[in-house]
Amino acid sequence: MTALFIIIIVLFAAVAIWQMVKIFDLAQIKTDTSNNGIATDYDNKVNGYLMLAFLAFIYIITIISFVYWGHLPLMSNAASEHGAEVDNLMMISMIVIFTVQIITQFLLHYFAYKYRGEKGKKALYFADHNTLEAVWTIIPVIVLAGLIIYGLFTWNSIMNIDEDADPMVVELYAQQFGWTARYAGQDNVLGLANVRLIDIDKANVLGIDEADPNAADDIIVKELHLPVGKPVLFEIRSQDVLHSAYMPHFRAQMNCVPGMITKFAFTPTLTTKEMRETPEMIAKVENINNIRAEKSKELLAKGEEELDPYEFHYLLLCNKICGKSHYNMQMNIIVETQEEYDAWIAEQKTFKESLN
Amino acid sequence: MSTHAVDIHAHDDGHGHHHKETFVTKYIFSQDHKMIAKQYLITGTIMGIVGVMMSLMFRIQIAWPEEPNILFEALLGKWAPGGVMDADIYLALVTIHGTIMVFFVLTAGLSGTFSNLLIPYQIGARDMASGFINMLSYWIFFVSCVIMMGSLFLEAGPAAAGWTIYPPLSALPMAQPGSGWGMTLWLISMALFIAQSLLGSLNYIVTVINMRTKGMSMTRLPLTVWAFFVTAIIGVVSFPVLLSAALLLIMDRSFGTSFFLSDIFIQGEVLHYQGGSPVLFEHLFWFLGHPEVYIVILPAMGLVSEIMATNSRKPIFGYRAMVASILAIAFLSTIVWGHHMFVSGMNPFLGSVFTFTTLLIAIPSAVKAFNWITTIWRGNIQMNPAMLFAIGFVSTFITGGLTGIIVGDSALDINVHDTYFVIAHFHLVMGISAIYGMFAGIYHWYPKMFGRMMNKNLGYIHFWITAISAYGVFFPMHFIGMAGLPRRYYTNSAFPLFDDMTDVNIVITVFALIGGAIQLVYLYNFFVSIFYGKKATMNPWRSTTLEWTTPVKHIHGNWPGEIPHVYRWSYDYSKPGHDDDFVPQNVPLKEGEEELQH
Repeated sequence: MTALFIIIIVLFAAVAIWQMVKIFDLAQIKTDTSNNGIATDYDNKVNGYLMLAFLAFIYIITIISFVYWGHLPLMSNAASEHGAEVDNLMMISMIVIFTVQIITQFLLHYFAYKYRGEKGKKALYFADHNTLEAVWTIIPVIVLAGLIIYGLFTWNSIMNIDEDADPMVVELYAQQFGWTARYAGQDNVLGLANVRLIDIDKANVLGIDEADPNAADDIIVKELHLPVGKPVLFEIRSQDVLHSAYMPHFRAQMNCVPGMITKFAFTPTLTTKEMRETPEMIAKVENINNIRAEKSKELLAKGEEELDPYEFHYLLLCNKICGKSHYNMQMNIIVETQEEYDAWIAEQKTFKESLN
Repeated sequence: MSTHAVDIHAHDDGHGHHHKETFVTKYIFSQDHKMIAKQYLITGTIMGIVGVMMSLMFRIQIAWPEEPNILFEALLGKWAPGGVMDADIYLALVTIHGTIMVFFVLTAGLSGTFSNLLIPYQIGARDMASGFINMLSYWIFFVSCVIMMGSLFLEAGPAAAGWTIYPPLSALPMAQPGSGWGMTLWLISMALFIAQSLLGSLNYIVTVINMRTKGMSMTRLPLTVWAFFVTAIIGVVSFPVLLSAALLLIMDRSFGTSFFLSDIFIQGEVLHYQGGSPVLFEHLFWFLGHPEVYIVILPAMGLVSEIMATNSRKPIFGYRAMVASILAIAFLSTIVWGHHMFVSGMNPFLGSVFTFTTLLIAIPSAVKAFNWITTIWRGNIQMNPAMLFAIGFVSTFITGGLTGIIVGDSALDINVHDTYFVIAHFHLVMGISAIYGMFAGIYHWYPKMFGRMMNKNLGYIHFWITAISAYGVFFPMHFIGMAGLPRRYYTNSAFPLFDDMTDVNIVITVFALIGGAIQLVYLYNFFVSIFYGKKATMNPWRSTTLEWTTPVKHIHGNWPGEIPHVYRWSYDYSKPGHDDDFVPQNVPLKEGEEELQH
């Protein structure tokens, strides 16, 4: 079916091109019989108008994209404390970008249309102008200075881990192709670990040093639970290749590098439940479920199983190419109240208990 | 300086051959810069076809994931059992697409073609400083292409660790099938590629410095030559670092060293590596990798500047500022590589430094963009296909460049790093733009290369449909990137969260297919015009630079008589006091005429 679709597209494209060549050629006969490869006044005129049309196309595709896909970008609804700051900076940068884009594209294409060539016209001999050069050097300098300063403040506040806030320490452990999380337990100190200590037979899959007293109360889980409003410090490890711990809803990302521990900290501000109830998320989930329902119909018609309805979860995804199943390396994150979290963590086995 | 045609033949005879060049010395092992340029162009075109085909295949896979496709079955064979693309091969296609496009097409195909063609022509030299080294560099490039193509036919498939080949994924054959022989061949091919690039660059630098004709001061050089010259310098500074990274990676892979690897447990066993760091590799890679994007874009900028001035019938606006911004971009390009590594685990303080230096690049870039716009202002714009591509270049360079202030800002990069947003950004700013620059160059200098004209109507169709599809592909891509869709995912169906992006991906792929198909028109135009195009005149675009003072039919040594002397800069278009709207560089100043102070 797809192949047929593609073939049809290619065929249509070919026909369209052939038609257009014909039109151009026919138009040519009227104005200029010798196609010597050099633009004539007629070409200048046609392409000048097309420049205007293309300007319109750029604006229209911008508007269409916003209408149809404007809800996609993660620029509101950040689920972490620093996320709101990132969104704000993003919004300011976007405003700058769109302003400059709209103006410069207009100037470029409008000039191309306005000053299209005509026989006998002479261009202006205008080779230099220091004031103009100064203007478009200094304006970007001022705008960028603002963006750089704001950006650096934001970056520093994100990356400086405040030890006084007593963050909860959690290890994220990446491997081909899955995630494991390890909580530091009562003492909030992770036991030492190295992949050389991995002992599959004893179920010591993270290579934790059994002799380290801090390790005994560590808790290893396959689903990440975080209490809302509490700073969490991720210590990130990888056992084989590079991975990247990407948590888009929290505006958080850090690579997982074998041989070293990388860190990232944030404070979740919205529980999973609260996030599900935001109007944006309700609309998004509804939309996704409509799409899935439609797909299910197709699948049923083919005699396959239908898709489960979707329910929102915060996600940890892998965002650094890591091999065959890179596209399916995920872990759910559940943000909940302190009480719910306490109840959940109390049910989990400690590392000592889990050893064979 | 008074070498005559006769002398050149005498020089040829010095090798002990007969008067006539043989087929082999003329078309294969040629030492003539014009022939070598054509060799680079055609090899680059063939590599480009392969690279684009690959991108279309993986775009189809993303839009209609895991659906059987006869195209895959035919082209990928056992890697697409039943017509369904294998996940490992998806990664291989992505990897080789990136490698081919960045290095083989946009570095060798673009720089190799136009530096070779235009440097001797435009500075008024008979040939490159060393014809032999020039020939050597092409043939090393050719071998490098053959090895890269050869790796496609390996049992386990070609390299598949992404074009950035980060270890440990690229270092460990057990991590993915492509990291076996596929990666070995990739590294060998790349080492040869770097060798050819260095030989070429040294030749360009020496030629520009030593072999300018009388009167061709550095301030009278066309911006093309400035761009090629500075590009060559960046290449000489940064490519050796990639070579060292490749050599160290080969050592880690084959000789048991631990430069980039440490503490690895894979497939049930602990490997012996200890003490190395993949982050070191990232630093070495991007120390080339970032300047590389300027190696790609600067020559395109040079070509576009020249074409814009010629076709606007106006001097390029702000010549000095243009040269200064080329130099500024070149300098800054070597101190910004860390912006690819904001979330790599390096010290956050470095992130601050690299954010600062990175965003500074926007300043010279803005200067260039505004100077181009001012160049066409009140011009008499001749809408030749080359000019359309030059305007298209400025358009995509602005659209793509602007998002650079987002990905270059460490705080914002956290959330868009390695998503489709980045793909949209760099494809527009250095992929599409550089390709436009290359197309502009080809349409403009085709008469110089082949002595015939390309069909302009096919050129117009080629441009407009390409321009629409380029925006159609990459504009919507920003949105799915900001929605957090990671790149290099074989399918997005593993995440219901991304289900609402299915339609965007289909739109992108359809535009990509149209954009890919329209290149057939270009290929047809290019190859057919070599034989059947209208015969070109000596100076079809009525341009001022020296290459247009050479005869249409190529001769060894470029000028039949003396090398022309230069009396003015290369942008005397529509100068008051002249009848014609262009004054070639070899025309002496009239009495009382002042040369522009630039």
